[in-house]
Amino acid sequence: MATNTLMAPGLQAVGLGPYLTVGAILLVLGVFGIFLNRKNIIIIMMSIELILLSANLNLVAFSGALNELSGQVFTLFTLTVAAAEAAIGLAIVTVYFRNRGSIQVEDVTLMKG
Amino acid sequence: MILTQIAFYLFATVLVLSAAMVVSARNPVHAVLFLILGFFNAAGLFLIAGAEFLAMILVIVYVGAVAVLFLFVVMMLDVNFTQLREGVQRYAPVGAAIGVVLLAELVFTVARWQVVPHPAPIAAGNGLPPGITNTEALGRLIYTDYVFLFQACGLVLMVAMIGAIVLTLRERPSAKRQDVSKQHARMPADTMEMMSLSLGAGTTGNHALAAGRDGFLRPHDGYGAVADEGGPGVRAPEDHEADHHHGA
Repeated sequence: MATNTLMAPGLQAVGLGPYLTVGAILLVLGVFGIFLNRKNIIIIMMSIELILLSANLNLVAFSGALNELSGQVFTLFTLTVAAAEAAIGLAIVTVYFRNRGSIQVEDVTLMKG
Repeated sequence: MILTQIAFYLFATVLVLSAAMVVSARNPVHAVLFLILGFFNAAGLFLIAGAEFLAMILVIVYVGAVAVLFLFVVMMLDVNFTQLREGVQRYAPVGAAIGVVLLAELVFTVARWQVVPHPAPIAAGNGLPPGITNTEALGRLIYTDYVFLFQACGLVLMVAMIGAIVLTLRERPSAKRQDVSKQHARMPADTMEMMSLSLGAGTTGNHALAAGRDGFLRPHDGYGAVADEGGPGVRAPEDHEADHHHGA
């Protein structure tokens, strides 16, 4: 990776490539987790959090590399949406568990009617 | 320089390992705790990339709110988690295949891809003076250029809050709550009954006495659900009448 003087000092030392690699590994782990724990909705939601974190990592890395703060602003918005998603999702899980006594993902297909 | 690299690879390694543990942990509580560890290390990576404010926000919002919310739900719901892990061996090959395909795509993309060496036009900055801190720069940017998106963020959070409350609030019929209007609308005639008593007759068991004569107030029959019959010292109304006549 080409280093230039515009980069943040930490990113100059490390480079953009390792950041993107970590982001890619996190994304793959998140997708893998969704398929691995197909029955447990809570682990699936944690995997979604991992995927969002990898997106945030990419945004922050590019923001530092390009010396452009818009990436960090977007990261802020992504964090907001992720927090809202977790709150609503866990509320749905709680209500669903109260109604059915289990959180098996396959049982939700009963809602199809 | 070398210290930064060491810190980066330390944070990255712990982050990736804890993410792997989140996905593969048997106990969901452990998964949540590894998620918290991963968020801390991601905050470290943010710090190295120069995003101090976002690193602190990540710790506060993710660790302090989201991960604790996960922990709360995992511990509150009495879920049989061993039953939920039954299909893991069956699903593992499919998940691994999809993960490998995705990783290969990413590797092929990144390997052939070059960052523009001098991204000068964007890097002219957002009109911010150099030398201000990350938090101050973000604040100047959010409250000017991105103010509408910032407000939209607040809207999203408010909708999430209202939605979570509406979803989880339930009216339990067994719960006793104060109803002020009902209390104000209560009349003495609804709950009290005028009873007439003869001299020396006592207050229990005088159902047969006709109402409307002077006497004193006695609580209504249903009030307090006191059983009139069978108690000690309670006599049947006929005996009471007989006593009355005897006394007269």
